[in-house]
Amino acid sequence: MRSQLTPAHAVATLLIVLCATIPYLAPALDEPFYVIVFARIMIWAIAAISLNLIMGFGGMISFGHAVYLGIGGYAVGILGFHDVTSAWIQLPIAIGLCALVALVFGVICLRTRGIYFIMITLALAQMVFFLSVSAERYGSDDGLNILWRSEFGSGLIDLEDGVVMYYTIFAVLLGCLLLQWRMVVSRFGMVLRASQSNDTRVQAIGIPTYRYRLAAFVIAGVMCGLAGFLQANLERFVSPDMMNWHRSGELILMTVLGGTATLFGPLVGAVVFLLLSETLSTITIHWHLVFGPFLILVVLFARGGVMGLLGSRTTRD
Amino acid sequence: MTDGPRDLHLEARGLHKRFGGLQAATDLSMRAQQGEVHAVIGPNGAGKTTLVHMLSGFLRPDSGSIVFGGDDITGLSAPGRVQRGLARSFQITSVFREFTVLENVVLPIQARQGHSFRFWQSAMRDPGLTGPARALLEEVGLGDRAATRAGHLAHGEQRQLEIAIALATNPSFLLLDEPMAGMGPEENRALIDFLGALKKTHGMLLIEHDLDAVFALADRITVLVYGRVIASGRPDEIRRNREVRTAYLGEAHA
Repeated sequence: MRSQLTPAHAVATLLIVLCATIPYLAPALDEPFYVIVFARIMIWAIAAISLNLIMGFGGMISFGHAVYLGIGGYAVGILGFHDVTSAWIQLPIAIGLCALVALVFGVICLRTRGIYFIMITLALAQMVFFLSVSAERYGSDDGLNILWRSEFGSGLIDLEDGVVMYYTIFAVLLGCLLLQWRMVVSRFGMVLRASQSNDTRVQAIGIPTYRYRLAAFVIAGVMCGLAGFLQANLERFVSPDMMNWHRSGELILMTVLGGTATLFGPLVGAVVFLLLSETLSTITIHWHLVFGPFLILVVLFARGGVMGLLGSRTTRD
Repeated sequence: MTDGPRDLHLEARGLHKRFGGLQAATDLSMRAQQGEVHAVIGPNGAGKTTLVHMLSGFLRPDSGSIVFGGDDITGLSAPGRVQRGLARSFQITSVFREFTVLENVVLPIQARQGHSFRFWQSAMRDPGLTGPARALLEEVGLGDRAATRAGHLAHGEQRQLEIAIALATNPSFLLLDEPMAGMGPEENRALIDFLGALKKTHGMLLIEHDLDAVFALADRITVLVYGRVIASGRPDEIRRNREVRTAYLGEAHA
């Protein structure tokens, strides 16, 4: 039905192809540094997609979403510190912890709306942040080095191999994009999007929205925790900075920049945000002076973000 | 779940509701019968919308109880009441503006088919949802607008959609909060006919300012003033009631 191709589709396709080919493209262009840049971009994109699920499609503006990056990351860091390097232990613990924390936080936050919701998500995330700062055994502010990347115990997924690490991230990104798409068009997504538009009306239709919003909140937390798991493995390092409120703010900015409530907006936002801040910071140390106003202009004048400018109108693009 | 007419009546028993210094409902009792249109009229601020909010579960009364189909539903949530067949429409148009007209009606149909924890299959490609949704849109005269965004509809069409959404939940009883609000005379007449036909299968509580519509549709009228029932009876009784004439009809039909 909606088969019109917009520039937004072209850009999204181009970015996916670029992500898929960078490990071969970058060395050919004599810019091997771009492999790690794109690995980072993809991890941020996964986190931004997870935020987009609740913020873009559910209207829940979480200002503490980076907390799940931290939890996912510290699951790898702390278990590794105690010589537990098996991914089959680390991954379920990362996922389980993120789900549990998101469930508890969600139960508290989802009683509120608007600015109160934003403030409570921020406050709860800061609690976990300060917990990590005070954990002297695990490096406090200085963070924790990770000697061994998570071990899947098979020859197939050996994260110590840079190319395998890269394509593992790529595969998770594709999986998250796919999951986001299906969730948004599914019955669950109908309820979520409708509740953003008019929650009272959804209840008047006979749907108790709270449980669906809470489920979305937990799913987003787990997805973001996965990004944290990948980030810790990629950087071989975790620190409280991963879940600093700056990071949560950057996640919001990326999503808005790319286009909230669009399927590829978070990916586009992550690319633009990280490439631009990377480039600007090589030109001047006062790059924030340029970057800040740029973001404000996008938010003010391009309400659908980059994807909106490129003609993406529906939530399914 | 609630197919076809059942003997369901809606009853308010001694409802009280206070907002700070404002008494919005005082010992408010009324009984709306299945197969009837029960109109509630009264001047602005009489507590009509408060009554709908309490009956539909969006406001808790301070005291008193609400009975639907023989069960006390005072403690039941708003979604819980809809699942029992008690649906409402809104005075201020509350359609999902970013959704298409079809999507607006698919959502309540999906609601009556059970939980929505289905994460994969596209709702709008499910004929089990779109089929009944299209049929209902034809019925209310919005069939050719299915693909239009609800926010782009004309005001009268949005009012139609408002009622279609409530109907899509398959209710046995409808609470209609000023369905004619802001509509032209032409659209008004169409809606009166439509509601008149619905009367055979649905109980209705109708809040309406348009007294021509009220007297055309209502089998029973309750008059509210300052949260109190000052009269209740058949339309001809209400017309003759002296207190009602001075309090309300006198103003409107001066």
